[in-house]
Amino acid sequence: MNDATLIRAHGVGVIRNGRHLLKNADLTLDAGKIVTLIGPNGAGKTTLVRSVLGLIKIDEGKIECAPELRIGYMPQKLHLDASLPLNVERFLLLGGPARVNLTEIQQLTGIEKLSKTPMQLLSGGETQRVLLARALLRDPQLLVLDEPVQGVDVSGQSALYALINDIRKARNCGVLLVSHDLHLVMATTDTVICLNQHVCCHGHPDKVTNDPAYLALFGAGLAETPGAKPQVALYQHHHDHQHDAHGNVVKGTVGCSDSCEHNHHA
Amino acid sequence: MPDFLLNALLGGIAVALVAGPLGSFAVWRRMAYFGDTLAHSALLGITFGLLLGVNLNLAVAVGCLLLALILVAMQNNRFLATDTLLGILSHSTLALGLVCVSLFSGTRIDLLAYLFGDILSVNIGDLITIWLISLGVIGALIWLWRPLLSITVHEELAQVEGIPVNKVRTALMLLMALVIAIAMKVVGVLLITALLIIPAAASRRLTHTPEAMAIVASVLGTAAVGLGLCASYFWDSPAGPSIVLAATLLFILTLTKKQVL
Repeated sequence: MNDATLIRAHGVGVIRNGRHLLKNADLTLDAGKIVTLIGPNGAGKTTLVRSVLGLIKIDEGKIECAPELRIGYMPQKLHLDASLPLNVERFLLLGGPARVNLTEIQQLTGIEKLSKTPMQLLSGGETQRVLLARALLRDPQLLVLDEPVQGVDVSGQSALYALINDIRKARNCGVLLVSHDLHLVMATTDTVICLNQHVCCHGHPDKVTNDPAYLALFGAGLAETPGAKPQVALYQHHHDHQHDAHGNVVKGTVGCSDSCEHNHHA
Repeated sequence: MPDFLLNALLGGIAVALVAGPLGSFAVWRRMAYFGDTLAHSALLGITFGLLLGVNLNLAVAVGCLLLALILVAMQNNRFLATDTLLGILSHSTLALGLVCVSLFSGTRIDLLAYLFGDILSVNIGDLITIWLISLGVIGALIWLWRPLLSITVHEELAQVEGIPVNKVRTALMLLMALVIAIAMKVVGVLLITALLIIPAAASRRLTHTPEAMAIVASVLGTAAVGLGLCASYFWDSPAGPSIVLAATLLFILTLTKKQVL
């Protein structure tokens, strides 16, 4: 491991109930670099993230970690029971004493007006920004973001990715990102890892998007985007629905008040 | 005030004080059924305590602790949904306790006293045990407050932030087992969960922070003990159930206040 390497995972395999959830996965996370994990549902993206975080035991391979690595983790979902009276400020401070200025982080993530708001009243986008703020308060060397734009409206999504990119530059922290949405993350990512139980392909976004393994996995989705240049497709086409692994529209995701007006015209 | 009533009041207050914060966690973490399961196993502890001739409070506490540990182990490698698991353990330990009590101890014990509490017979020795455990558990809860709150909000986030989640969670279960051992004397195995859950639920509508909710729950619980004992004294109603009803009455009163988050 060189000095800039934060985590190196080698040949990681996770087996549950006799089934490989993840097989022979390699991953290197460096300071100042963004690595994006993409892959269909059930491809083992979250399993790999949880292995890297030390939340689950791996059955094969090994994970090396820089000594005393500080990780800021932004989980996919936050479910708080309505019976717990907790405002945003208290939530932020639950992570332990802040290593960086609280107000600064609140301004950076745009949540300075939400301090006294109960957590349960936050919108999807606000929740994500609060979670990001909590991760940043640890002054992390590595940010691990599991589907950070879930529940965020389309204009908010690109803003959030831009913010993550800025933070990475300003603080020189490594970023591990899990994403469904290829178009938005491509522009800022250094390395894309395409996962389907094992690593199908990896490398710079330009290279990966032309890889046969990638096209086999995401071909159906790509067919709808103009051309084979998804990294510049940032605003060319916004889906108002999501696709599953086979390119079929996932039930319940069609239609979204915020994205409709942008649709196909932005 | 007669001595037995004063003892009852002091014992009840000790339990109500610790039930506030612990009950708040039970509400936030949806552990009501878990509390029930532990409480039901207390009867089994009594039987073994009588058989082995050891202190009954101790026997109940050890019994609850053992069951809590079994539950932790079973939850960690789950093959059944938690509520199914709890349902099986809860009712089978209660049934086993009832069978054992009648088989082994004959007429030596008053079953109703254990099922519904016997707060009016609390003596000085009981009072010392109850207060020691109550204050000890309150101290532990204060010490573990932030980690406990953190794992209640998001266990994985807490673990990444360096909190030993399994240890903290186990500690909470053990504390609950201890409180159940002392609460049994006050309201009995069948009503213990009520004493944990109802004051905390009532407190929710009146408060805006976790700490305030825990403290107000303690206050409401103490009020319920006072009101219940009054009712018992003047109308000769059973003390334990009266305390629970008083708590329920307070809860209903808070319903008239608009819900705040």
